Amino acid sequence: MASDRIFGLVVLGVALAYIASALQIQPSFLSDPVGPKVFPLVIGAVAALAALVVLIKPDESPEWPHGATWLHLGIALAVLVGYAYALKPLGFLLPTAVAASVVSYQISPRLQTAALTGIGLSIGLFAIFKYALGLGLIALPRAMMG
Amino acid sequence: MEILSNLALGFSVALNPFTLFLAVVGCFMGTIIGALPGLGPSNGVAILIPLAFTMGLDATSALVLLTSVYYGAMYGGRISSILLNIPGDEPALMTTLDGYPMARQGRAGDALVISGVASFVGAMLATVGLVILAPMLARVAYLFGPAEYFALYLLAFTTLGGVGSKNQAKAVIAACIGLGIAMIGLDNTTGMPRFTGGNLHMMDGVDFLVAIVGLFAITEVFFFIETHGKGSAIGVKLEKVTVPIKDLIAASGSMLRGSGIGFVAGILPGAGASLGSFLAYMAEKSIAGPKGRFGQGDPRGVAAPEAGNNAAAGGALIPMLTLGVPGSGTTAVLLALLMTLNITPGPTLFADRPEVVWGLIASLLIANVVLLIMNIPMVKIFVKVLMVPAWVLLPGVTMISFVGIYSLTGSYFDLVMMVGFGVMGYFLRKLDIPTVPVILGILLGNQMEDNLRRAMVIANGDWTYLFNSGIATGLWVAAIAGFIAPIFLRRFLKRPPQPVDAEAD
Repeated sequence: MASDRIFGLVVLGVALAYIASALQIQPSFLSDPVGPKVFPLVIGAVAALAALVVLIKPDESPEWPHGATWLHLGIALAVLVGYAYALKPLGFLLPTAVAASVVSYQISPRLQTAALTGIGLSIGLFAIFKYALGLGLIALPRAMMG
Repeated sequence: MEILSNLALGFSVALNPFTLFLAVVGCFMGTIIGALPGLGPSNGVAILIPLAFTMGLDATSALVLLTSVYYGAMYGGRISSILLNIPGDEPALMTTLDGYPMARQGRAGDALVISGVASFVGAMLATVGLVILAPMLARVAYLFGPAEYFALYLLAFTTLGGVGSKNQAKAVIAACIGLGIAMIGLDNTTGMPRFTGGNLHMMDGVDFLVAIVGLFAITEVFFFIETHGKGSAIGVKLEKVTVPIKDLIAASGSMLRGSGIGFVAGILPGAGASLGSFLAYMAEKSIAGPKGRFGQGDPRGVAAPEAGNNAAAGGALIPMLTLGVPGSGTTAVLLALLMTLNITPGPTLFADRPEVVWGLIASLLIANVVLLIMNIPMVKIFVKVLMVPAWVLLPGVTMISFVGIYSLTGSYFDLVMMVGFGVMGYFLRKLDIPTVPVILGILLGNQMEDNLRRAMVIANGDWTYLFNSGIATGLWVAAIAGFIAPIFLRRFLKRPPQPVDAEAD
């Protein structure tokens, strides 16, 4: 119940913001009968209506994870975002080994296996991508490559 | 005769060593992807698209590789259903009902062979149906103007929401999320930026591959972290595999009927393979009546849903190829592939690029034979693969997703966005909001709007033009009926039961 109500409110808010933003779209000298605003406005309006229906008739709440699991999920999320930023400056091998180890550890919390999984995946995938598929990956940080 | 000469063209494209090699590789990977719990045809194909693209495969090769993966995954889904009582993907759910009891009675090998043959029959018949029906539908599709296409897109969304989900309002929200995201970027007609927030990264819009890989692959990683990878295979044993000829003959009727039902379910937009296997199983159960031992390891209960879901996989290709409207999650992903390759599906595809269409169909036929050979004598190899633990598999999937998107776009911004879509997918799935309409919205949003605007230009802004032709009106009626009818039918059409836990005894 509560989950769907919150979700409905979020969607309603986003839909209204979307409509407000659609109204700001600049008209162009090239014009057609519909213009660039109408379709987004319809989408926003339909979404807002559906959100109201969910607010009025919410489903049962799903089973949300407990505290520790949220922590695991949060760590995994942080690592994946960090990985996205690190991939270019630090090369493939190091960030991949770290990120894969952390994700592996979040699924099954055994330090040694997770670390080995990460290192193995990093080297194995690099070999496959670079030599079998011919992708242009950079192995190590640019600074270390000279 | 025209069909035969077209097929000859197709085989001349498909029968070269490199394409055959790709078909075999695709079938092998597909079966593994299908067999691994948590990886189904849609996320499997989604992860591989960026890789196929960066490898520089041409259109036909890329299509052959990925449709082989698609068909392979449909075959592979049954392996974990039978051995572990965990469906390898959603359409394989019904196979657990009789497959797992058979495995418990020591007949795992028999169940795998019967379901393998059933998969072959279903997929083969559906491919033949595709050969016959698709060119016919492509001819009808020539009559479609912008108004008809607009109504058709609407039909795809409403039936997907009506049939494919439990709560219509949530399906509508999902479609709106997708359509809303599709609007981001420069407006096609006037070139004005929309919803970019002044951010240069957003000018090109959101790449649908980023969204697809995020929603399918990254979301799966979060789910595995939540469940700590429960449901991995440990200690699966499979004795000698023999061919149970008697059971195969007894189940042949079920396979044929299942194929027919599945094929029709596959063609309908929004229904797809899950419904195909469900209906095929239910039909067989009622035909067998109280004499059948359905639910306790009846071979027909394995044959029917497997024939059904593989036939549906073939049927679902028809609307995707002829109209450019996918009927299921995986065909949506295949549509994304076509769009990435700059191929516009639709009636003109059959006239302009016959080598692509018929090469694809020929490779489907080849893939089927390869899969039959792989899935019966070599099934033990795939059973071994099932033992890959989740804590290796999921980090691997994550890294492949990252590398795929990164090598495609070369932008860290897209990677962050992919993770964002993964988070969104997690919450959507938690709240029981279907993600396929989101994908479909992102894929079709711009075309839907373009067709609406083109129709209005033709009609000089007269809205009644949208209902002007018989086809358009028919599509509108079907769209509305497809959305409303399930509300009343839901009482009669119960959702397939969830699989019981393996530890239930």
